[in-house]
Amino acid sequence: MNWSRKDLLGIRELSREEILLLLDTADSFREVSRRDIKKVPTLRGKTVIMLFYEASTRTRVSFEIAAKRLSADTVSISASTSSAVKGETLKDAARNLESMRPDVVVIRHNMAGAPQMLSSVLDSSVVNAGDGAHEHPTQALLDLFTMREKKETLDGLRVAIIGDIAHSRVARSNIFALGKFDTEVTCCAPPTMLPPGLEKLGVRVAYRIEEAVAGKDVIMMLRIQKERGGTTFIPSIKEYSSLYCLKEAHLEKAKSDVIIMHPGPINRGVEISDQVADGPYSVILNQVENGVAVRMAVLYLSTGGEG
Amino acid sequence: LILIKNGRLIDPSSSRDEMVDLLIDGETIARIDRNISGAGLERVIDATGLIVAPGLIDVHTHLREPGYEWKETIATGTAAAARGGFTSVVCMANTDPVNDNKSVTEYILKKARSEGVVRVFPCGAITKGLKGEDIAEMGEMREAGIVAVSDDGRPVRNSQLFLKALEYARLFGLPAICHCEDESFSGVVHEGSASLISGLEAVPPVSEEIAAARDIAVARYVGAHAHITHISTAGTVEIMRAEKRKPAPATCDTCPHYFTLTDEATLGYDTNTRVNPPLRSQADVDAIKEGLRDGTIDIIATDHAPHDFVSKDVEFAMASSGISGLETALALSLSLVHEGVLDLTALLSKMTVNPARLLGLPYGALVPGKPADLIVFSDSAEWTVDRGAFLSKGRNTPFHGWRLKGRNLVTIVGGKIVYSEL
Repeated sequence: MNWSRKDLLGIRELSREEILLLLDTADSFREVSRRDIKKVPTLRGKTVIMLFYEASTRTRVSFEIAAKRLSADTVSISASTSSAVKGETLKDAARNLESMRPDVVVIRHNMAGAPQMLSSVLDSSVVNAGDGAHEHPTQALLDLFTMREKKETLDGLRVAIIGDIAHSRVARSNIFALGKFDTEVTCCAPPTMLPPGLEKLGVRVAYRIEEAVAGKDVIMMLRIQKERGGTTFIPSIKEYSSLYCLKEAHLEKAKSDVIIMHPGPINRGVEISDQVADGPYSVILNQVENGVAVRMAVLYLSTGGEG
Repeated sequence: LILIKNGRLIDPSSSRDEMVDLLIDGETIARIDRNISGAGLERVIDATGLIVAPGLIDVHTHLREPGYEWKETIATGTAAAARGGFTSVVCMANTDPVNDNKSVTEYILKKARSEGVVRVFPCGAITKGLKGEDIAEMGEMREAGIVAVSDDGRPVRNSQLFLKALEYARLFGLPAICHCEDESFSGVVHEGSASLISGLEAVPPVSEEIAAARDIAVARYVGAHAHITHISTAGTVEIMRAEKRKPAPATCDTCPHYFTLTDEATLGYDTNTRVNPPLRSQADVDAIKEGLRDGTIDIIATDHAPHDFVSKDVEFAMASSGISGLETALALSLSLVHEGVLDLTALLSKMTVNPARLLGLPYGALVPGKPADLIVFSDSAEWTVDRGAFLSKGRNTPFHGWRLKGRNLVTIVGGKIVYSEL
C-alpha cells in the first residue's frame, strides 16, 4: 500500500493499514539512528518548518533530529519569536511561510483544530505535533511502535491509560489508534478527569487504579495537564498521587510481562513512582528513541516517499 | 392601492387560512376578501401557488450599529431582514456604545428611519455597559422607543442586581430577554460526543439550564416578564414546559440552527458552527422540535449575529460566536413543516403573532385596518444558499451550499414593497 495523504492531522481518520505502513516504515528507519554516521540523504533539498505555538522540548527535538537524519533543512519557529503577538492570524503566518516553499510544516498549537486550519491553506504537507486537547498523532504512533516492538503484535493487547484523560491529546490519539486493532482499552482517572460519554469511543472506564491495571499488557501513565487547568479537577496533587500514582505493588496485578509507558515529561512521585519509572518494566526511554524513527517515517512518507 | 391576488392567506392571529385576495390602501390593509378587483391599482401581485402571511417579527437580531459597522449596519441588516421576510426586528444592545441610554436608542431609531428597510425596535441594556453592575436608564430608553431589555451576549451574573433590574423593568412593562448562561463554565462547544473527539473546550448543557431556572424564578418572584432567548437544550425545554403549566408563564424562543444542526457540525472545526449557546446533541435537537410542536417554545428568533471575515478566519477557540441568520431563517423553519413537526399556521404564529404579543407591537396580523406588514412566500421553491450573495455583511453561515425548500418572494412594510422577486 502507498501513503496518499498530504497531511498527518490525526489518527482518527487513518486506517489500520495506514498505521501499519507508518510503523513498518519507521522500522526501516530505526537502524539509521544506530549507525556511526546517523544520516541518510533521503530528504536532501527538502525544507521542514517547525511551527511551535506551544512550549515543547521533546517533540520538537525529536522532529528536528528526525528531519536532520534524513538530510532535510529545518527551521524552527516558536511562539515567543513568531508574529502571533503582533496580531497576525495563523493563516497569514502560514501563508508567509508557504511563500518560502517549505515541503513540510510541523505544527504544535495550544488550540484544537489549528493544524486542520493550516492544511486548508497550505500546499505543503502539514504534520500535527499536538493541537490542544485534540490529537498528537506521532505520539500515538511511537506508542504503538513501542508496544509492537515489545509485544510483537498489537492485536489482543489489553491497555490501561491512567491520568488526565479529559485534557490529553495523547490519550485521544492512543484511543483512536488502539481502536483500529483488536485491543481492549481501559481509561482510569477520577471522574473529573474523564470526559462524559467516554465509553462511546469504545473504551472501558475504571475509577480505581488497582482495577485498571489488573491483567494488563500495557500501562500508560499520563501527567496532569497543569497548563490546561488540570489541577482544578482534583483537591490536591498529594491526594491525586495517593490515589493514582503507579507504584510497584500495583504491578503484581498486571501481566507478568507488563510494560510501563509515559509520553513524558514525567512527574516523579505524582503519577509514577521512582521505582516504577526506573524499574525493569519501564519502556519510557524506548518510547523516546522510537519517536525519532516514527517521525522520520512521517516526514518521509509525507514528502512522497514510497512505503 | 396594491392588490395581492390568488394567494393562500394565512393569518395565525385570526386563525384564517383560505384562498382570498388582500388589498392594501396606503399604509394599511383595506380589505381581505374573495375576488377583489377594482380600478386605480398601482400594482397587482399574482400570488397563485404562494402564501400570503403577516411579515415576520424577529425578537433577536444584532444590527451592530453603532460601533461595528464593518460587521453590519442598520441599512444592510434591515435589507437582509426584508429579503428573509422580516418586517420588524428587535436589535440587541451590545453595540459600541452600548444601547444603555436614550441617546443611543434615539440614534438607532433615527438611522432606522433614514436608512432602514424594515421596522427596527431597539432593545435596551439591562445594565449600564452590559457590565452587570448598575441598572441602565430603562425609563428614558422606554420613552425613546425600546421594546424590551437585555444584556444579550452575557447573563447578568449578580442575582440580586438581576432581581432589582427586573423589578425596575416591570415599572415600564418591559420584558427582559434573558441570555441564559452560567459564566462560571467556560468552553466553546457543547460537552458531548463531538467534543469528546474534537478536544475543544466544552460547556455542559446545565450552564444554560441553571441560568434559565434562575431567571424564571426571579421574574416570577418580582412579577416581571422573562423571555428566555435562544434555548438550545432538552433540559431548558423541560424547565419551560413546567413553567407553561403556571399562570402568566415566562416565554421563550429558539433559533433555526438549534433544530437544524447538532454538535457533529463542529467536528471539522468550521468556525461558522461556533455559536453561543453551542450546537447541541441530537437528543437536544429532538427535544427542541418537540417543544416547538407542543407549544412550549413560543417563538422562533434568528439571533442574527453577523461577523466580518477575519473574526471567523481564526482558530475555533478564538473565533467570534454567531451565525448570520436573517436570510435563511424562514427556509430552515419551513423544514419543520416539511418534516411534519408543525403546520404552517403553527410555524407562522411563532414568527408573527407570538413575537408581536411579547413586545406589544401592533403588527404580525393580517386584519383590515392594521398596518400592511406582510410577505408573499413559496413553501416549495428550492434554492441554494450562497453566502456571497447575502445582503447582510455577515457571511458567517454554516448553511452555505445547502439546498433549502421555501423562499420569501415579496416583503411589504407599511404598504410599501421593500423587497420583491416577483
